[in-house]
Amino acid sequence: MRAILAKPWVWSFFAAGGVWLVTIMFTGGASTLGLSQAALTFAAFSIIVGLGQMFVITLGPGNVDLSIPATMTLAGTAALKVMDTSDGMVLAGIAVALAVGITIGVFNYALIKLLRIPPIIATLSSSFIVQSAAIWYNRGIRIKPPDVLSQFATASTFGVPNVAIVALVISALAWVILEKGIYGRWVSAIGQNMRAARLAGVPVDGTRFATYVLCAVLAALAGFLLSCFSGGAALNMGAEYLLTSIAVVVIGGTAVAGGFANVPGIWGASLFLFLVVSMLNTYGASAGVRMLFTGVIIIGVVVAASRKPAA
Amino acid sequence: MEATAPLADVLAVNGAEKSFGAVRALAGVDFFVRPGECVGLVGHNGAGKSTLVNIITGGARPDAGKVLVDGRDETASYGIATARANGLRCVFQELSLCPNLTVTENARITHRSISGFGWRVRAEALIRQKLDEVFPGHGIDSRAMIATLSIAERQMVEIATAFSESDRKVRLVVLDEPTSSLDASLARQLLAYVRKFVASGGSVVIISHILGEILSTADRVVVMKDGRVVADRSAADFTVDSLVAAMGSVVRARDAALAAHDYTGVRPVLKRSSQGAIDFVAYPGEIVGLAGLGGHGQTDMLVSLYLAEGGDWISRKDGKVAFVAGDRHVDGNLPLWSILKNLTLTVLPDLTRMGLVHTGEEANVAKKWRDRIEVRTQNLDNPILSLSGGNQQKVLFARALATRAPVVLMDDPMRGVDIGTKQEVYAILRSEAAKGRTFVWYSTEMEEVCQCDRVYVFREGTIVAELRGADTTEENILSASFSERAA
Amino acid sequence: MSFLTAERLRLLVPVLSLALLLGAVFYLQPRTMSYTGLNLLFNLAVPITLATIAQMLIMMVNDLDLSMGTFVSFVACVTATFLQSDPIIGFLILAGCIAAYAALGVIIHLRNLPSIVVTLGMSFVWGGLAVLLLPTPGGTAPDWIRWLMTSKPPLVPMAIVASVLIAVVAHFVVMRSAIGVVLRGVGGNERSVQRAGWSVVRARALAYALAGLFAVLAGMTLVGLTTSADANIALRYTLLSIAGVILGGGEFVGGRVSPIGAVVGALTLTLAAAFLSFLRISPDWQIGAQGAILIVVLALRLALNRREARGTRK
Repeated sequence: MRAILAKPWVWSFFAAGGVWLVTIMFTGGASTLGLSQAALTFAAFSIIVGLGQMFVITLGPGNVDLSIPATMTLAGTAALKVMDTSDGMVLAGIAVALAVGITIGVFNYALIKLLRIPPIIATLSSSFIVQSAAIWYNRGIRIKPPDVLSQFATASTFGVPNVAIVALVISALAWVILEKGIYGRWVSAIGQNMRAARLAGVPVDGTRFATYVLCAVLAALAGFLLSCFSGGAALNMGAEYLLTSIAVVVIGGTAVAGGFANVPGIWGASLFLFLVVSMLNTYGASAGVRMLFTGVIIIGVVVAASRKPAA
Repeated sequence: MEATAPLADVLAVNGAEKSFGAVRALAGVDFFVRPGECVGLVGHNGAGKSTLVNIITGGARPDAGKVLVDGRDETASYGIATARANGLRCVFQELSLCPNLTVTENARITHRSISGFGWRVRAEALIRQKLDEVFPGHGIDSRAMIATLSIAERQMVEIATAFSESDRKVRLVVLDEPTSSLDASLARQLLAYVRKFVASGGSVVIISHILGEILSTADRVVVMKDGRVVADRSAADFTVDSLVAAMGSVVRARDAALAAHDYTGVRPVLKRSSQGAIDFVAYPGEIVGLAGLGGHGQTDMLVSLYLAEGGDWISRKDGKVAFVAGDRHVDGNLPLWSILKNLTLTVLPDLTRMGLVHTGEEANVAKKWRDRIEVRTQNLDNPILSLSGGNQQKVLFARALATRAPVVLMDDPMRGVDIGTKQEVYAILRSEAAKGRTFVWYSTEMEEVCQCDRVYVFREGTIVAELRGADTTEENILSASFSERAA
Repeated sequence: MSFLTAERLRLLVPVLSLALLLGAVFYLQPRTMSYTGLNLLFNLAVPITLATIAQMLIMMVNDLDLSMGTFVSFVACVTATFLQSDPIIGFLILAGCIAAYAALGVIIHLRNLPSIVVTLGMSFVWGGLAVLLLPTPGGTAPDWIRWLMTSKPPLVPMAIVASVLIAVVAHFVVMRSAIGVVLRGVGGNERSVQRAGWSVVRARALAYALAGLFAVLAGMTLVGLTTSADANIALRYTLLSIAGVILGGGEFVGGRVSPIGAVVGALTLTLAAAFLSFLRISPDWQIGAQGAILIVVLALRLALNRREARGTRK
């Protein structure tokens, strides 16, 4: 028990559970199933992008991917256009989404490496270009996803939303490569001390490259799923995920300064963030109050975490 | 406040002791500087010079002993601010200017009293006048940004800043290797200025690896060794040879002179040609020492030898070289990790199947090396920082030794390690070398360098001597590390 | 002493690109070469310039403010509501904002926090407050701000007069004043500033407070131009301000900033939008073109830095 309490991610689950209970109590238990399903569904998207951002942030100070929203939009747009509502093109659509992710990831790291600019500016500049590409490609036409996909994205299996199952599978894979794989070790080593990692034989460039590609691919996948879920790609559909992706990483107990990551915390934080918003909703709080709370929570968590270095 | 007695020491340190973990950097040092005196401070690596300078400048507090200013006991309140307030300045080896500011603006940072309207004119006049005074004909534009100046020009600015005075009189200046990047004529200008400054009643402490400079500039020379002052005499009583002798050990000749191996016809495992006269080579099964004063290019060469083997993008399973970091906080430890993860990082590709680490094998490797190298811990899952410094260093050794790399590069890894651990590691090195491994060992400790089969001595970034067999003696290393070049 | 110092060379790239862009716009649309034309071209330049200076002050001490856009939006909302109806309360709120910025600087310094994450959290706070204040677009600009921003000085349009004024003031504070040197020193070599006896916490707090002041001015002038406000009015200022500083020759770390460059960079970005539309580049690609401009400038900078490094190693 003590071992579990020492994990940095349990707090985000306690917080999520607490908020869940308070919300349920307010509605007298009527919304239990609905609230839980909604939470899992909407958290799923932040979980998928949050996982990618988590690996990037773990690379150490200054590493962050700001191109996530643009990548989501472009991947969703391009995939829906290629599939053109045809059920037979689903695999092609997924392939296009992944290809978009890979391309953007490669481009991001090329900028970081070749122009020697901080990742924050590299991903920012590339996000401008990607966003324009999405606008140009979309041309304001809203294409519906193939029926089979929109059914899949909105349905549940045994009461669990399908998108949450997808997020769970991806999280399991991420957990394996982070905790059991050599790649996870390398990412963590680089985040703790890049020079020491390099002198211990860690292929620093290769690992960082793979991480930026991975993050972009996960963003592309999330964009694909989100556009299927919401019945079409919208140009601003990724916007809220820029801040959310960073927030769930920070609240989930991953070290902001890099070197330490954890997958369960992303789930706790994503559920928590959604549940806070819905709790405030049920209490009739306005959008402004919800944002204010989110901001105060992020800063509070960062300040609290700075007291002691992550174990 | 003016000096109470005309001949009281500007600054004195009485019985100063200072330890860093197991290492006793200062073991009771008495040191003083009189007004109008230039004191030369010499000693080899680890003699305690930098610790003493740190205490004088207020950067560190002694564990025991007193610091006296003008005869007043200031031990309790002594710090960087007190030191500055008493007119003490220091020119450090590392650059302490702001590279994004101009020469004039840096003078403003140092002189807090120059402010308000017209500060720029005053600061510029101040620094320009001092530059002209110390380095006549320097040609430095005081409106130029530091980042655009050459290393020599930056050092000149730094020195001039230290000697410049606004509201407070400069009474004692500590110059730590002030001529390291100045050419001969600039060095001469500086030393002439130091004499002038001293003649006008100021005091200077000068540290230099160029013994000629010390002998020609200082009134008195203090020689340190193993955290103690071993000689403190008028400069006129020393010669370059007697200084080198004073820095060395009293006796401790080698137990048995190693026979110089003949490597003709053997293929070197590592090679680096230099523009200078002496090329670096290392042969299989050899322990090659890199000696010389710290910071003269040894670490740079080790790192570049390591990076030259590639591995930025894809890890090398059969890497040729492994690296043992010396400054473990900067180059070695991964502080968030357990002992186990720290130990296996380099060998990890050998323990990985399909991208997944085989944790059972990993634990076996770690256990094997813990026992072999005797890392004192019950549990390898404890955090690395729970170990003592010496044991952390052993983990870094094990990290490199556990690989199959035929060459191990060591960047002064025994800094701050207790004597028992050292002996254990020496034994392991010898047995590994006997099996055919090559070690390239940069060490700042004479005793270690003398364990090597062959030694390269570095000075000012290049190899200046190669010593083998019976020639690998302390005298030879010292005299190669210190230049005789008189200013 | 050569005329082309490193700093001047650095400033040359943004100035040349602004001149080039202006020439191209005049060529494409000769009618813009008039008082009204220039006024239209640089219409929104003043708030962007002020926000860029604010961002520059944060970058000067090696931090980054990701809440600039939401903060300027919030200030705009305050200006269009309280400052118009109850000027005293309005000014108190704005003074509180500046104090909040100083406090942020203190917290970031003392706790050694990553400024990116803290300001990210603040962007939610400011955004939330702005939405609470003005849930729907509305409010009215105070008359005196409106009068100031729409006044027509002789010969040169207001936007250009104001930009020059901002550049001069910022240049004086940051580059010429005795305290500006210390602030830049913190970015360049924090340790040596500390060693010389300065309080780095105070310096950082001052830099943040100055940034808060300029950002407040950005929000106020923005409302003066748009007459009303909404909570999302200036969201793009976060990215624009960072891009403006970089375009103007500023660096992310090391305290190398240039207020004149930042103003020129902000003007260039303002003009770039007009230029792209005159070029008949589809509006789809306008943001993308800004990204591309940023990348090209950074590539140019890299080349320039290499030259500088070679010059040092003589």
